[in-house]
Amino acid sequence: MAINVISEKCIGCKQCVKVCPFEAIDMDGKLAVINGKCTACKQCVPVCPVDAIFSDEKEVAATDLSAYKNVWVFAEQRGGKIMNVALELIGEGRRLAREIGPDTKVYAVLVGDQVFGLAQECFEYGADGVYVIEDGLLGKYTTDGYTKVIADLVSERKPEIVLFGATHIGRDLAPRVAARCGTGLTADCTRLDVKVSSYIEYADKYTTQDTSDLDPASEDKGLKQTRPAFGGNLMATIITPNTRPQMATVRPGVMTRRERNAAAAGETVKVAPRLSAADIRIEVVDVVKSAKEIVSLTDADIICSGGRGLGNSEGFKLIESLAEKVGGVVGSSRAAVDAGWIDHSHQVGQTGTTVKPKIYFACGISGAIQHLAGMQTSDMIIAVNKDPDAPIFEVADYGIVGDLYKVVPEIIAEWDMAEVLYEATLDRTGE
Amino acid sequence: MALKIIVCAKQVPDTNEIKIDPVKKTLIREGVPSILNHDDANALEEALKIKDQYPDTHITVVTMGPPQAKDMLIECLAMGADEAVLASDRALGGSDTWATSNALAAAIEKIGVFDLIFAGRQAIDGDTAQVGPQIAEKLNLPQVTYVSEFELAEDQKNITVKRALEDGYELIKIQTPCMLTTIKELNSPRYMSIGGIFDAVKKEIPVWGAADLGVNADTEVGLDASPTKVYRSFTPAPKGQGTVLEGDSEKDVVDQLLIGLKSKHVI
Repeated sequence: MAINVISEKCIGCKQCVKVCPFEAIDMDGKLAVINGKCTACKQCVPVCPVDAIFSDEKEVAATDLSAYKNVWVFAEQRGGKIMNVALELIGEGRRLAREIGPDTKVYAVLVGDQVFGLAQECFEYGADGVYVIEDGLLGKYTTDGYTKVIADLVSERKPEIVLFGATHIGRDLAPRVAARCGTGLTADCTRLDVKVSSYIEYADKYTTQDTSDLDPASEDKGLKQTRPAFGGNLMATIITPNTRPQMATVRPGVMTRRERNAAAAGETVKVAPRLSAADIRIEVVDVVKSAKEIVSLTDADIICSGGRGLGNSEGFKLIESLAEKVGGVVGSSRAAVDAGWIDHSHQVGQTGTTVKPKIYFACGISGAIQHLAGMQTSDMIIAVNKDPDAPIFEVADYGIVGDLYKVVPEIIAEWDMAEVLYEATLDRTGE
Repeated sequence: MALKIIVCAKQVPDTNEIKIDPVKKTLIREGVPSILNHDDANALEEALKIKDQYPDTHITVVTMGPPQAKDMLIECLAMGADEAVLASDRALGGSDTWATSNALAAAIEKIGVFDLIFAGRQAIDGDTAQVGPQIAEKLNLPQVTYVSEFELAEDQKNITVKRALEDGYELIKIQTPCMLTTIKELNSPRYMSIGGIFDAVKKEIPVWGAADLGVNADTEVGLDASPTKVYRSFTPAPKGQGTVLEGDSEKDVVDQLLIGLKSKHVI
């Protein structure tokens, strides 16, 4: 696959140079030339006014991919508790499995020491089956131990798709497993699709791209893995066409957990790992939970975030009062963290936590792209900022231009009156 | 027994400086500076700290990128690295993380014997955090990612590190040779020194192509060999324009907000 320029057609207008995110197009006089930075992202193809750029998809000798079946989710557990992101991914994996076909199943892969009892929870959140890999050597997470047992199982059972939560453990493990299996891995996905028709539906609803060239009736059931790149400035959909399994990590909080079904049951497969102490080349001396309060931004229905506009660390007291009033948790922009006003664990954004609460209050946050990347899919965004041109207003459902130190106390004071105020408007229209 | 350290670094566009053209919805990258990736600066700094303590330590910085990546390597030399190598070839272009790690693992093997590899956790343009672990896999090395504290024993063999977790940390013992990926909590990178800059520009930086690395341009590196491909790419859509509330007083505006939330059954 490569991007090519038809030199006879090129008129030297440089439109392609301007849109290229990778500085991969140079001008040789009046001719655009693709250089070694090209990633074949195809941004340049549609902007060429004279159709001088095309992407040539090289035919690769067909590999037999049909031996690979089912969707796996790494059911990451720490200290005998399954991580939320794994439960979210079991639900997502189930959705993908059903899209692939009626006989495709979603399996959770539980790794640890005495974790058999956690299988039931996987069923309750949607798993059709659970592989349980238990060994005394797997009690604490190690890259070497976990990579070996999972990669061995992948080569033996041949799943079509393997999903990992993009946690510090998932992001340590998935690249090693993918490299050992000789397959591709896409990091930090925010959207996964199998059917082209589902991808089109998503793209038409949430993106600006033109999907008219995609065939909704296509038989293509490869995994389409959409992720932010360039600090959220660009979105890319990645495919793994010629190798299996297709592997992806997914940020916590991006997918939705299924409703828990306590009556659910499924197939449990016990796997005997081939592992010896010599396989593990590191020693985990201790696992320390930090004393600081864990802010569960990903689970919160309401998040009240403060940014540089607060002016000082004292400003977070006001944000805390708002959070207390509305039943939310406190978030922040990177600027406020960098200023030392609040701990990093509160940070929302590309380098912090990705969130999509029902309500997101952005107080004194201008809306740098890296912040927006982590919160713009919130159901309802309310922005309070002095600057009417702040980018946060472009994603806000409700914007209030004003001094947050006057507006926020008013929200706190009036919050419980919402019902009364609303009914009063109904009375008026009723007259 | 002088320690030999390899630092993997990447030249990246400063993504904080990128803006979106509000009309055309495309990236504006004119005037966006290229910088040494932040996490990689921490990787180099940790190597330099070891060299401060054991001056016979030898540090080689390796990168893969276009010819301009030399500028970043000169910066690394000016900070105090002894040597720098650039893997650069049209045949390496478009490599995904799997193919990139093949090229860098080959470059490291060509550099020769080493005790320690430091790499930044992730690069700000891709944010994948995959290349470090995948180099380690290809070189069959143990790894620790997200390293936030580092201590080398006097035997220059035993290492104790803290690995940051979302809700705490792990204390890990590991021995050389190994791969460690670094985060910003680890240290504060030093600046280039005047003398360092003076020496750096005089140093020869070898440029290795696919043939020098001994990698197969059809099956190991580059766009075609990469297992992942770009299916589509696009700029994220801004959400539909919301409402900017206006009123005579803060109370008036807030009341409109609450009525709006109530009418939409949000609260």
